[in-house]
Order: sequence, then C-alpha cells, then structure tokens
Amino acid sequence: MPGESPQPMTGAQSLVKSLERMGVEVIFGIPGGSILPAYDPLFDSKIRHILVRHEQGAGHAAEGYAQATGRVGVCIATSGPGATNLVTAIADAYMDSVPMVAITGQVASKAIGTDAFQEADIRGITFPITKHSFLITDPAEIPHAIAAAFHLAKTGRPGPVLVDIAKDALAGPTEYVWPEELDLPGYRPVSKPHGKQIREAARLIGQAKRPVIYLGGGVNRARAWEALAEFVEITKMPVVTTLMARGAFPDSHPLNYGMPGMHGTVAAVGAMQRSDLLIALGARFDDRVTGKLDTFAPEAKIIHADIDPAEISKNRMADVPIVGDLGEVLAELNAALREEARGDISDWVRFLDGLRKRYLPTEYPAMEDGLLSPEYVIKRLGELVGPEATYVAGVGQHQMWAAHLLPHERPARFFNSGGAGTMGYCVPAAMGAKVGRPDDVVWGIDGDGCFQMTNQELVTCFLEGIPIKIAVMNNRSLGMVRQWQTLFYGERYSNTNLKSHLVPDFPKLAEAMGAVGLRAETVEEVDEVIAKAMEINDRPVVVEFVVHKDAMVWPMVPAGTSNDQIKIARDLAPDWSGEEDL
Amino acid sequence: MNTHTLSVLVENKPGVLARISGLFARRGYNIESLAVGPTENEEFSRITVQVAVSSQQVLEQIIKQLNKLIEVLKIVELDEGSSVRRELMLIKVKADPATRSQIIEIVQLFRGKTVDVHNDAMTIEATGSPDKLAALLEMLNPYGVRELVQSGLVALGRGGRSLSDRAKIEKSRPAAGPAN
Repeated sequence: MPGESPQPMTGAQSLVKSLERMGVEVIFGIPGGSILPAYDPLFDSKIRHILVRHEQGAGHAAEGYAQATGRVGVCIATSGPGATNLVTAIADAYMDSVPMVAITGQVASKAIGTDAFQEADIRGITFPITKHSFLITDPAEIPHAIAAAFHLAKTGRPGPVLVDIAKDALAGPTEYVWPEELDLPGYRPVSKPHGKQIREAARLIGQAKRPVIYLGGGVNRARAWEALAEFVEITKMPVVTTLMARGAFPDSHPLNYGMPGMHGTVAAVGAMQRSDLLIALGARFDDRVTGKLDTFAPEAKIIHADIDPAEISKNRMADVPIVGDLGEVLAELNAALREEARGDISDWVRFLDGLRKRYLPTEYPAMEDGLLSPEYVIKRLGELVGPEATYVAGVGQHQMWAAHLLPHERPARFFNSGGAGTMGYCVPAAMGAKVGRPDDVVWGIDGDGCFQMTNQELVTCFLEGIPIKIAVMNNRSLGMVRQWQTLFYGERYSNTNLKSHLVPDFPKLAEAMGAVGLRAETVEEVDEVIAKAMEINDRPVVVEFVVHKDAMVWPMVPAGTSNDQIKIARDLAPDWSGEEDL
Repeated sequence: MNTHTLSVLVENKPGVLARISGLFARRGYNIESLAVGPTENEEFSRITVQVAVSSQQVLEQIIKQLNKLIEVLKIVELDEGSSVRRELMLIKVKADPATRSQIIEIVQLFRGKTVDVHNDAMTIEATGSPDKLAALLEMLNPYGVRELVQSGLVALGRGGRSLSDRAKIEKSRPAAGPAN
C-alpha cells in the first residue's frame, strides 16, 4: 500500500508477512533445514500450517484446497528431497491448471552449486512443469516474488509457481516493503475476446446442423458456470463434458450427453465424431478425448475458446480462434447469439437422445463370484451421499466410474487428476478440499493401488481434525492396467496383482492412523457402511469395498485408434442406426 | 523442413536461457543455431534462434509457447528480405609457404581477415551471411580445414524501428492486493 514505511525484519518474517498480506489462510507443508527460518515466524502467524506426512501430500492438498475454494493453494517444503517430493504434485497442478504457490527452502546462496547437503536445483527441475519460478537470494526480493507468484498462479491460465528461497535470504536482515506494482513486463494475459471472432463464431453456430459444445476444465477455472448455462439455454446445443468439466453443467440436463473420450459415453463420442461444428470451451483436444487425431470429428469446423493462445490450434486447427476468459467469451457470445437466427437441429438432438437411451453408461454386468460390482458401489455411494457433497477420485478404473456414475449436478464438486493421471492424488487432495470446505461432506473414491501411495495423510487428517471419508475400491489389483493386459496383452497379468486381499487389512490400517475402518462385502453391507460413515464427523473414515477384479471400464476406445472404434463391451461395437437420416 | 529466424527479446535475468532451451528440448523443437547477448538496454537480452520446422503450424506453436514464458517480452520472425543477418566463423586452415598467398587471396575476396599465422597453418576470421560463409568454406576445403568454429546467426530488422519499441514495454502492472 502506498505510504507504507519500510519495516526492518528477517527475510523469513518478510515471507510470512507477505503471505499474510496475500490473504493466505492455510499452508500445507513439512519443515526441514533450509526452510527452518521460515517456520519460526510462521509459528506466531495467524496462517494455519497443516503438518503433512509427505511433501507430495502437501502439494495435492494445496491442489484440493485451491479447487474447492477458487483461491491459490500454498505448500511449503525444505530443500533437496523436500522439494523434489513436491515435484509430482507440481506437475499435476501444471497439467490441470490448478493455481498453486510452492515455497521451497534452498541451501545458502554461497553453497548453491556445490552439491551441498540437501541441495537440489528445484527451479531447474521444475522449469517444464511450472508456469513460472523464482530463486531468491536477496531477502529484499521476497515481497515482490510472493506478490508476483500469487498473481501469476491465479490469473490468465492458472498454474503452479515455485518460489525457491536460499536459507541466508530467509535468515538475513531486510526491510519489508510491499510492492506497489508488479514488475512483470512480459506477462499480459488477454481476457477480453476479439469482437470479430465472436461475430464469426456466432455466424457458424447459426448455420450449424450438428453442433456440439465440447466443455473442458477451463470453465471451472473461469468459474463461468452461469454464462455457460445461459449459452446452452440460448442455443439449445448438445453438450459433452470432459473429465475435468464433469458437473460444470448438470448431468440431469437433457442436452448433456456425458463424458467424451477413451472411456466416454457412446452418445458423447458419437456426437463429436458426427458433428459439423465443435465449440471447444476451455478444452485442449487431449489425446484421451480425440483418440487418433486425424480421424477425430472429421467433418467438424472448430471454434476454440481458451485463455491460453498456445492451446488454440495446438492439436487441431481452429477455424475460429477466440483467446479470452471464458466468462467474457460466453457473455459476448450470448449477447451476439440472442440476435442470431439459428437452424433447426432437432433431428440431431433426437439422434443423440436415441444413442443415450440405447447406451446408458450406468449399465454393467453382475459378477459371477458374488463379489460387489465396483460400478454398483460407486453409483450407490453417489445416490446415498447426494450431489451436494464434494467427491475426489484417484486414478484408474474407479476414477472413470466415478466420472460416469456420481451425481454430477453442481460445479466444482468433483476433483481428480486428469492430465497427469497421478495415482495417490485422492487422499491428500480430499484433505485439502475438506480444509477449504469444512462444512461439506468430502468423499474420496480411491483404489487399493492408489490408496497405498499416499494414505499416510490420514494421520494428518486425524490430528488436524479433517474428517474426510475414503472409499477404497479393493479389487486387489492395479485395475486399469490389468484391464489393458486383459484386452491387449493376452491376459498376461504381469505385476498387476497387488494381493490386497492378504495385506494390508484396510480397516486395521485406517484404525492405526486414527480413522474409523469399515468394510463391505455384500450389497446389504454397502448401504450399512455408507450410513455409518456418514454419521462420523469427528475423524476420518475409510471404507473398504471388496469388489470384483475383472470388472472393466466400458465404453472404451483403444489407445491410438479412431473414436469410431469405440466398443461398448469386449468386441462389441455400438449400433449407430439413425445416423443416415442426419 | 524449413528454417526460420526468430528474434526474442527477454528480461536479462538468470535462468532465462535455460528456460528457453529447455522449452525447445521438451517440446521436441529443432534449434539450428542460437545466439544470445546484451542489447541497447541492460535490462534486456536478445536471443536469435534459428529453428527448423515441418510446417507453419509448428512455427506458430513455438512462438506461442515462447510467449508463455513470463520473461519473454517480444518475438519477431526475421526473414531474409527484411533483415540484416550475420554469422562469424573462425577457420584454421593448413597453409605452407606455397599455398599461403593463394589462401590470403581467397580470404580477401570474401572480405575476411587473417588473424593468426603459423608455419603450417593460418586462422581466418570471416563474417557474413550463412551462404557467403558456406562459399568461403568450400573454397578453403581443398587446402585442408583443421578446425572450425562458428557463432550462431544474429540478425536485425531493416528500417528505423527497434524490437524494444515494438515490445511496448509496460514497466509494471497494478499491484496485487490481498487478492487470494
């Protein structure tokens, strides 16, 4: 603030004061040698520090917190291994554009480059997975670096920013001066779309016969849900919601045809393949959505709106590129489209309705061995817990079922690792989400493989009063990998058998960490344990569901093939009848 | 593959070159040559990079990805017609008393300079366009080139404007309040 006089203090005090100034409420982290000076003033700060059990947990917790609140998530670690343990979470945040500031201690400036104890070039290591990074050796630079890091993390296309601070810069004397302006001359994100492109987009939308709105996670980052709902209301165009956009538009809306992509619904995949106009909103034509790129949506013209110009025409050439904030883009499109006459697309909608009716994603076969169907468990959990809860998934089969079968009716109620596909995301991200939304019910849906990667954060949850609920879908294998082995490797199950029916005993493991441990093996027990879990609000709960190992995620487009090769079950293609009338 | 020359104005800060070269490596772009140096303004450095690309789309991606780097201020493509382009080459060529004068004659034709002489070799300095240097080298090859070192291409746009003018440098932007 202008007029603030410089205040003498240490670099560490300046760091904590800067974080307070940024309005930080909570930090996830672990202290260690190089970051130790920062932990001393943090001890007296009103900022809540949550002491995690592994730095990766701090990073994913910051991601969960950021997505639950719309604020910047903050994690902190020491130099060397502390910092490198953050790398997976930073990469995850980069892929899914999650606003995050990671603060790491670095060895003293004179020791940098000497292979000192616990030295790692974390800035160099994270160059390709951060939006930007700072290495601070002069304590006077700390306030500007923190202000700039938060600004960069949350504006434009959000992402992780690393602030690496040498120990002597933390310990040394400085004067705290809050920057009046940020010195970032090369950073000018565009939020206002170009009027000409908006008019051109409106014209194409008016002419389209088979349009599809391809909705990506950017709509969540822009928090443009209302403008989106209005856009669909005005245009009455079919919508497909990618993994990162599940819930951004309600599943119960008749124009929502579900998730597209490798495990997308027949209606969503079929819609894109037959479309003559895709309106991509905050989506990036990821290979898991497009399948074999040169056969993707072959007849479609592309309107591509994104805050990041580098996403536009990266994988698929856009006919109408629109750079801008989705909220502003949609507001201007809505204004333009209210005037625009539109063609009749009722045949198209009727065809897609037929596909959706024929191929519900919620159908699954009963398993012969009497074990629970994982699909049933996840669907039932969603029915009993409801659409107001926050759900966090791990990565794999259970993630796909969660994406299809949970009640996705509200925006920003489903968090998962989409781009990076990070096993181990669920427990710590659920912890962060619960910290951000203490009054919400937060359910994690995890696999037995994922859970064993980061479950130690349940200790943190117990000690810090963060009562999350984790459903462990125990199919005693790395299920998605096993599914690929079944389909593409001649049922040779190389190293996917986790033997989780022997160890660990999940309820006992949960109890050992201060959580309540429950187990369900029958359909009756499913309802019972969920009801029990919902009654517990003073500590975390882990519910093990013993499910069948041979369940497979369908539909599926085999990797590297055209989306036209979608199968609804092994060797079973969908019936596309009705398309000849389009 | 077509070669394009990009002139990239960046903040003069540690690590900028690593970010840029890392970006090229990570995204699989081909660098043919790279030259980095100070500019008329000590706050900026200028990187001239020649890239080989298979399509205009790839070139656009490179420019967009470079623009995402926070420390990159401005990128222009300099084509041959609208820019002055130079490389520097130092060539150590075998030269005995019988061939020395012939070599000197060739070097003079190319407006090069002899910068070191030894009883069986001489070192030649030459600047110019890549084509000119290639022609010189072709002439010298028969005498036996022992060692050769070459700078990356540097280039300036023709006319009166400067890259920093075109960057419209905004020194600062509104301060971040307690916005989180």
